[in-house]
Amino acid sequence: MWPALEPILPKVEKPARYIGCEGGAQQPVHGDGRVAWLLTYPDTYEIGLPNQGLQILYEILNERDDAVAERAYAPWTDLEAQLRAHDLPLFSVDNHFPASMFDLLAFNLSAELTYTNLLNLVDLAGVPVRCADRTAEHPFVVIGGHCTYNPEPLADFVDLVVLGDGEEVIGEITEVIHAWKASGGPTSGAVDSREGVLRQLSRVEGVYVPSLYEAEFDGEHLRSITPRFSDVPERVEKRTVADLADWPYPKNQLTPLTEVVHDRLNVEVFRGCTRGCRFCQAGMITRPVRERPAEQVRTMIQKGLERTGYDEVALTSLSTADFSGIKDVVTETMDDPANRDQVSVSLPSLRVDAFGVDIAAELNRGRRSGLTFAPEAGTWRMRQVINKLIREEDLYEAVEGAYSQGWRRVKLYFLTGLPTETDEDTLGIANLGRNCVEIGKKYHKSASVTVSVGGFVPKPFTPFQWFGQNTVAELQRKIYLLRDDVKRSHGVQMKWHDPKATLIEGICSRGDRRLGPVIEDVWRAGGVFQEWSEHFDQDKWTDAMARHGLSPDWYAHRHRTEDEVLPWDHLSAGLHKDFLWQDWRDALAEVGLEDCRWTPCYDCGACTGYGIEHIVASATPPAGGSQGTGQDLTTGGEVPVVLGSKPVGAGT
Amino acid sequence: MRLRVRYTKNGKIRFTSHRDVARLWERSLRRAHVPMAYSEGFSPRPKLAFGLALSTGYESDAEYIDLALSETIPLDGLVERLTEMLPDGLVATAVAEIDRGTSLQQAITCCRWEIDIITDDLQAASTAVAQAKEAEEIMFTRTRKGKPVTDDLRPYVWALDVLGPTETGCRLAAELGTQPRALRPAELLAALDPAYEAFLVRRTHQWITNDDGDRSEPLLAAPASAVPTPVGAT
Repeated sequence: MWPALEPILPKVEKPARYIGCEGGAQQPVHGDGRVAWLLTYPDTYEIGLPNQGLQILYEILNERDDAVAERAYAPWTDLEAQLRAHDLPLFSVDNHFPASMFDLLAFNLSAELTYTNLLNLVDLAGVPVRCADRTAEHPFVVIGGHCTYNPEPLADFVDLVVLGDGEEVIGEITEVIHAWKASGGPTSGAVDSREGVLRQLSRVEGVYVPSLYEAEFDGEHLRSITPRFSDVPERVEKRTVADLADWPYPKNQLTPLTEVVHDRLNVEVFRGCTRGCRFCQAGMITRPVRERPAEQVRTMIQKGLERTGYDEVALTSLSTADFSGIKDVVTETMDDPANRDQVSVSLPSLRVDAFGVDIAAELNRGRRSGLTFAPEAGTWRMRQVINKLIREEDLYEAVEGAYSQGWRRVKLYFLTGLPTETDEDTLGIANLGRNCVEIGKKYHKSASVTVSVGGFVPKPFTPFQWFGQNTVAELQRKIYLLRDDVKRSHGVQMKWHDPKATLIEGICSRGDRRLGPVIEDVWRAGGVFQEWSEHFDQDKWTDAMARHGLSPDWYAHRHRTEDEVLPWDHLSAGLHKDFLWQDWRDALAEVGLEDCRWTPCYDCGACTGYGIEHIVASATPPAGGSQGTGQDLTTGGEVPVVLGSKPVGAGT
Repeated sequence: MRLRVRYTKNGKIRFTSHRDVARLWERSLRRAHVPMAYSEGFSPRPKLAFGLALSTGYESDAEYIDLALSETIPLDGLVERLTEMLPDGLVATAVAEIDRGTSLQQAITCCRWEIDIITDDLQAASTAVAQAKEAEEIMFTRTRKGKPVTDDLRPYVWALDVLGPTETGCRLAAELGTQPRALRPAELLAALDPAYEAFLVRRTHQWITNDDGDRSEPLLAAPASAVPTPVGAT
């Protein structure tokens, strides 16, 4: 398609997004029955290119003899208009092939607000958006990523849902499709050919085929989701790779020609997290902790820097300061003469209780990148509810470490709209911010803190999955309360997430199949790029829900009861539902839970169910103890704790 | 030690921006183990200086970058090593040590361009070119920093000719002055006929003119035969 694209590109913004040619990019040769995957990120190139999940699968698939993989990203609205005007389809950036040449269109879904983009891209690919309208010669639409733990709102549109780590299952899916292609499946003309191969795929562990399940409702409540055929499993389990050491990917991280987010070398140091933060879906669904051997991390850093020419490496995970070898790896990277003191190490997702002055000092030797800490809540009481057991003094020590090592600004991330949150909890955020600025002023006149506040969205497979989220009005009230309080505080800047977007995320996050027509309506009304504030349009969503007789309130703001059938009950992240329910009760009782990687097992189910274990190099937590382990938590908050007198989970 | 490198930008990579190319050079120099000198301060950056920015989408046979190094290195094989480390489409064609002097941006007086325009009326294009050459002045309103500025383009048009037909129209050759402000090929086209659209624009030379009217290039390129063809080259 390149000759057709070339004359169009001068007419669009940032055309370098569409040319491919990145370092590490491949031009795989199609044909010979090879299964062709188009790995697609349903947002712009800048956001999608760095996605490590897609890069890992891209390499693994292209190493296989029976598969090829290329990549695609959502074209921005200007290019989409040009493509549609010239009758051109979605294309891969590697060979610039049309999307319809591929056997599978596989999407990484990590945000609910990209759902309408998925429909748009399937349509732009020339594929019917609804599964029911697809025939044997159409590509399969596949989704993976965190949103797949409740794929029900997309059940009408996706053929396959892959739960959990993709490294192994992607090969198993390839083998089934390869055999089907070899037997003439796509061209056999048999009406049931597509359904036949879908049934076969439904028996691959980790694969869920929504069209093979029937959802029954009892009035407004879901009664059950059950397989339509006896050979289709009743319950779909997620996939987990047991040992990250077997998967040193990406080996050739893509180095883009144009600017993208996270434009640096990224090395995943571990997967999974058992800190047990109750709001955090990632920490629940990716258990257990699997550390990459420190030696492998070192090799990946060295080779990666040498190959890409980057001057920054990020050690990624859900909580990098918990990595057993963290200090050594940072120090060795800084000391490596090959890096000529020009390489900086950044640690996204820092926990304050594991961030010491020593790590701050090491990081400080390179160019300083921004520092973000996530206390998540403003008071000790609130942090016990969400099980983020960071003591106030831990935060102050970390912040002091940063300021004393030369940082002038730190960013603090908080959630509002948490279960049992009172105004005192909300205002506690401002207090923490002010106290941090005071500490900073000891070192720099211009010390400042950016307080970033997001509205809490309850997610499937977390202890908060039963909680009715705050209304837009309530979130707005809390944000203004905080804003007004911070206004007088010199050095504290505040940023917040639009509560209207939080509502739509909440509706999709715990929605069911009845939302399919809503998502389709929003897309048909032009509601794409909804995670971009300039395109987000709440009215499109609420209008469509009204048209289909659905209540935003019922989906987002309603507390669920223990016996309610949840739309994801037929899927499994290994977690026992009674573990989650107990953790929810513990949350309301303000009882914290220690990290099980260094303490006895709570039997959440993530290890025992799959016969796997934590892989952690050190038997003791870094920095001497954290998250309740080996710490005295009786004085967690300096401010005396006042228990809210409001009914549990009232949320208002 | 200060170095000047001449390079080409052809093929798909022509759609990268000037800023993109600066970032690509930085990474490529690091990969090639060229010891860059860094600026002082809170956020040190490598000391790289480019000539006149090339618009996104244009190709070029004559781009230049000046580098400050922290130590002296041998130049043998450096052109080849840089090309190997640069992404497809950026090809180093010459390198030389230079003295601290006038910046490229100030030294360059004129660029030669080949402009492929889309048209099915070659006669009209020839007429427009002839009229422009005969004109005493070409008053044209262009946007500078968001404001409309009307000035005479004629002094910037040092040479202008129709080279011949192409598949989509015809190819013009133009030498356009760059001081005090560079005239852009797109502005020249718009002045010739607002309906003209460029299919491809390629910079072929950047010239430095001395007081006697003699001109030279900042660096002479190696013979073209030594240069590999990039992906998607047109």
